[in-house]
Amino acid sequence: MASRRPVRWHIGVFLAPAVLVYTAIMIIPLFGTLNLSLYNLDGQNRIFVGLANFATLFGDPRWSGAFWNALWNNCWFFIIHMLVQNPIGILLAALLSSPRLRMAAFYRTAIFIPTILSFVIVGFVWKLILSPIWGIAPGMLGAVGLQSLFAPWLGKEEYALTTLALISVWQFVGIPMMLIYAALLSIPDDVIEAAEMDGLTGWSQFWKIKLPLILPSIGIISILTFVGNFNAFDLIYVAQGALAGPDFSTDILGTFLYRTFFGFQLQLGDPHMGAAIATAMFGIILVGVCIYLFGIQTRLRRYQF
Amino acid sequence: MAKTRTHAGRSIAAHAILLTYTLIALFPVFVIVINSFKSRRAIFAEPLMPPMPGNWDLVGYTTVLEQGDFFQYFLNSMTVTVASLFFVLLFGAMAAFALSEYRFRGNLLMGLYLALGIMIPIRLGTVAILELMVSAGLVNTLTALILVYTAQGLPLAVFILSEFMRSVSDDLKNAGRIDGLSEYRIFFTLVLPLVRPAMATVAVFTMIPIWNDLWFPLILAPSEETKTITLGSQVFIGQFVTNWNAVLSALSLAIVPVLVLYLIFSRQLIRGITAGAVK
Repeated sequence: MASRRPVRWHIGVFLAPAVLVYTAIMIIPLFGTLNLSLYNLDGQNRIFVGLANFATLFGDPRWSGAFWNALWNNCWFFIIHMLVQNPIGILLAALLSSPRLRMAAFYRTAIFIPTILSFVIVGFVWKLILSPIWGIAPGMLGAVGLQSLFAPWLGKEEYALTTLALISVWQFVGIPMMLIYAALLSIPDDVIEAAEMDGLTGWSQFWKIKLPLILPSIGIISILTFVGNFNAFDLIYVAQGALAGPDFSTDILGTFLYRTFFGFQLQLGDPHMGAAIATAMFGIILVGVCIYLFGIQTRLRRYQF
Repeated sequence: MAKTRTHAGRSIAAHAILLTYTLIALFPVFVIVINSFKSRRAIFAEPLMPPMPGNWDLVGYTTVLEQGDFFQYFLNSMTVTVASLFFVLLFGAMAAFALSEYRFRGNLLMGLYLALGIMIPIRLGTVAILELMVSAGLVNTLTALILVYTAQGLPLAVFILSEFMRSVSDDLKNAGRIDGLSEYRIFFTLVLPLVRPAMATVAVFTMIPIWNDLWFPLILAPSEETKTITLGSQVFIGQFVTNWNAVLSALSLAIVPVLVLYLIFSRQLIRGITAGAVK
């Protein structure tokens, strides 16, 4: 049967452009980076050094301090997103999806606006607003009698990273809101009606009926947040520069990679160590995604209607 | 009676929370835009006052438009975004059609291979991409950016579109085959028009990150002629940190085009997200 069928060239024609571009620009460079991390310069020649670059990165005091600092900062950045961005997104979506709410379209449109702005705009806008020179933030705190709480948050080592994470939350809260909103809308009416028959309304209905049903969407959001955060760069670069000041307190893996690869001020760029950092990031993201896929996603219960 | 009262109370609380958050979301943008029309003195003295005849001043905008070639940057961003979007949609739809329509050996494997890129960011291949572009002589060209963004957008496009194409009726396609249409005609004239809503969803998801990207323009095309508007405003604003009028005007000029586009397409965007993305 199969041998009599003519070769179906059209399948190849349909697949070829996408597969070629994707393989050439994405997959091959990705493996190129993994490969490059195994080499280093010996004078002028590129020589194979095995895992020595990673030993340097994790163990050599000149590198490991910066690496572990960036990794921890990145984890903190992610924790803030999980604790602030996703609960706020779920709360907003739950409110938006209540059936008799007026002006829902207006709220949806308005709350999503920060998400469409570029990091450049977001970074500078908040830099100006939080600037002690302009005085908008202290002025507003003063209006409610809290001016003593104001500090130049982006300039203080202990606050800068948290402030930037919250700015990023402000920018991206629209994405969890929209995805959860869509998930809530797809819950069939008879499930809700049955719950109301049993006397479940309002928040108890949300906790007992809707939340279990949208858990898979919350899982997707968490993994999207994870990949996005461990790949972040732009906001920190725009707001604090490649040096991720003050004193590297906002340095995350993305800015560390950029600085290492391209160099900054007196340090020369080092493509091999850069590739080693990129490979480490690749490993971290891969481990996170696998934990999600095999550890969490398979345990989520899915309901079919 | 009591029931209606709790309903009213709950809806007031809902509106209060949503309105508060809407204010938080819009306030920073609002402050920047109103202050860009004011004189330097008014910016500092009364930052929250709207622009009025007394404090009206366009000096920021004249400075910005004299200094940076914003029109060129805008054109570059448009070229890159539209071209990448075109290739992502065309190639993505073709691959999605092949994966969803035909049974062949390696179908599942090919689908997984193409979906790999959703989870792994293309940025991690930057080191090798730069070497590739240098050896191909494409550094500082818009072509380099278009190629990278096409590759970046394809995985998600193939994933979403193939889900949608499975729902196109087989009877319709088979009727076309009986009428003697080639597989290519079936794809372009029967299937593509039917998945137009899904294409809109993919377009929006692909467009926003391309338009806003700073990383690849900074690395692959930082020259004056190829700067995108995102990179252009970053560099430009960096030079003018102390000229508040110019900074505020440059920010407003960067915000307004995106905002207008968003408000025009927001209905389609929201319909697209709520209809397709999560199913």
